[in-house]
Amino acid sequence: MDMNFLEFEKPIAELEAKIEQLRHVNPDGEFNIADEINRLEEKSRSLTRSIFSSLTSWQITQLARHPQRPYIQDYLDRIFSDFQELHGDRMFGDDQAILGGLARLQGQPVLIIGHQKGRDTTQKVERNFGMPRPEGYRKAQRLMQLANRFQIPIITFIDTPGAYPGIDAEERGQSEAIARSLFVMAELEVPVISVVIGEGGSGGALAIGVCDRLLMLQYSTYSVISPEGCASILWKKAERAADAAEAMGLTSMRLKELGLVDEVIPEPLGGAHRNPDEMASSLQDILVKELSLLQAVPADELLANREMRLMQYGEFELR
Amino acid sequence: MSWFEKLIPPKIKPGDKRGVPEGLWTRCDECGGVLYRAELERNQDVCPKCDFHMRISARRRLELFLDKNSLSEFAEQVRPVDALKFKDSRRYRDRLSEAQKKSGEKDALVVGKGLLKTRPLVVAAFEFSFMGGSMGSVVGERFARAVRQSIEDQVPLVCFSASGGARMQEALLSLMQMSKTTMALTQLYKKRLPFISVLTDPTMGGVSASFAMLGDVIIAEPRALIGFAGPRVIEQTVRQTLPEGFQRAEFLLEHGAIDMVIDRRHQREEISRLLETLKPISKDDQIETLDEIPFDVIDIEPEEVVIEARIEPEKEEG
Repeated sequence: MDMNFLEFEKPIAELEAKIEQLRHVNPDGEFNIADEINRLEEKSRSLTRSIFSSLTSWQITQLARHPQRPYIQDYLDRIFSDFQELHGDRMFGDDQAILGGLARLQGQPVLIIGHQKGRDTTQKVERNFGMPRPEGYRKAQRLMQLANRFQIPIITFIDTPGAYPGIDAEERGQSEAIARSLFVMAELEVPVISVVIGEGGSGGALAIGVCDRLLMLQYSTYSVISPEGCASILWKKAERAADAAEAMGLTSMRLKELGLVDEVIPEPLGGAHRNPDEMASSLQDILVKELSLLQAVPADELLANREMRLMQYGEFELR
Repeated sequence: MSWFEKLIPPKIKPGDKRGVPEGLWTRCDECGGVLYRAELERNQDVCPKCDFHMRISARRRLELFLDKNSLSEFAEQVRPVDALKFKDSRRYRDRLSEAQKKSGEKDALVVGKGLLKTRPLVVAAFEFSFMGGSMGSVVGERFARAVRQSIEDQVPLVCFSASGGARMQEALLSLMQMSKTTMALTQLYKKRLPFISVLTDPTMGGVSASFAMLGDVIIAEPRALIGFAGPRVIEQTVRQTLPEGFQRAEFLLEHGAIDMVIDRRHQREEISRLLETLKPISKDDQIETLDEIPFDVIDIEPEEVVIEARIEPEKEEG
């Protein structure tokens, strides 16, 4: 199996390669290959456990960006049924970097919005690497207002390096599109749950992330700027990205400590990409639970709670 | 350079600040013209030769915009803390105290009550010299309090932004100020109170992508740089030369992103007129206002007051 190991997973990769070799050895009686494979597999698991028990923020950033990390489309079929994609912002185009549509979560109608990065090169280009343009945010606004009108709860999946920094995006009002999304979401009268499944990149992520419950997968990240961007501004060297990642505290655990994230969803051993089914199943359980809690809250209370939640953000002193 | 200049270099080169004597004289960064400082100040820090709008401090901004001595600041007690113990090449704490010393402000936003041609309103102005006017928890909280004050006093809100965006040293806390300030604005909108957003040079990133772009009327100063991503980042991403005037106020106007571009020297007049149309001031308010004006502020023509007081009181809702 091609696992696409990251640099810090090298010892695991070597062990896995050995196991793979053994599997191709002809069984010739004497030596019990199956036992040996089992032994090595156990060793590989414990090695993974030990490596993953003390990951740095930068290593977690790499996991969040892992080429095989499950994207929204990988979760759609596993968690929801009856997905119907809805397209376009009715003004300019249909931004493929944001995917949206109606679906059911164990029978309950929901609206799903999420960034989509694209797996192979063609898809990546099509999806613009998950970096939305204004029309993507305007599509999201339109769909959220649709859900609001029909009292359908909203679940958003955050996974973007950031809003697209391009000439056309600026021409069509990237700032306004993001600002308006924040405004639309602040006023929604239906429950909104946001899950960071990969990279939560700045305003481009927040634009679909104003919510009543913020969840993060264990190895996802959420930050005001990419570690590389932060490093190149504050350290004047993009190579200091690892330091920037540490300083910004962009991991799920750190953000939970800071009270900015409600719940961290544990990932399978070695990360979500090692076992997308398991990941999807625990994500589904939590979504069902959270959604039923939020649906029990009357709309005016829901809005008041959201307002309180947002207005509490910030650390300052009064003197 | 001509052969003559090579032989005898000119004493004052364009863009060379060393050639300008300290104090009385200054130089326009745009046209290079040598300016008499007092004249420049009289001209509201707009170059008298080329109309270039220079960056000004938050306090100077409010002084120019409001009636004389009418600013009464609030939320000054909201002060920054280093919640994350952030350290890059230097500690955030040190950067904060240095910025405080340099700018004379405690953080990058000044908010207060004031009068615009005797009309009471709430104002907010960014201090760009304070860490690039970046938005952290204090900016977010002060803005939210400004909105709350507007609602309490039933008066419009005018905000002058000048910001590089979110403050990196407060990481995700800064990002969340975008949703906080926006949430605050939803309340102002419900009360039908006007929010005039004035974008000055520069208004970028998280500030432009939140409350600054949510004005009922959005005004920009001539030539102000306004956008989401910085020009350098865009250039590196698309590997193209940016079009002439890209992300400038006039470019935004042309692309339908803002309502108007207004010269600094006309902003008082224009914004006052806008507010008068959007939310005519009631007779009661006017009288109350006159009582509240500090003595030395009443330097307006009596007729002006009478005209404003003649306007019908606003009808109650519902």
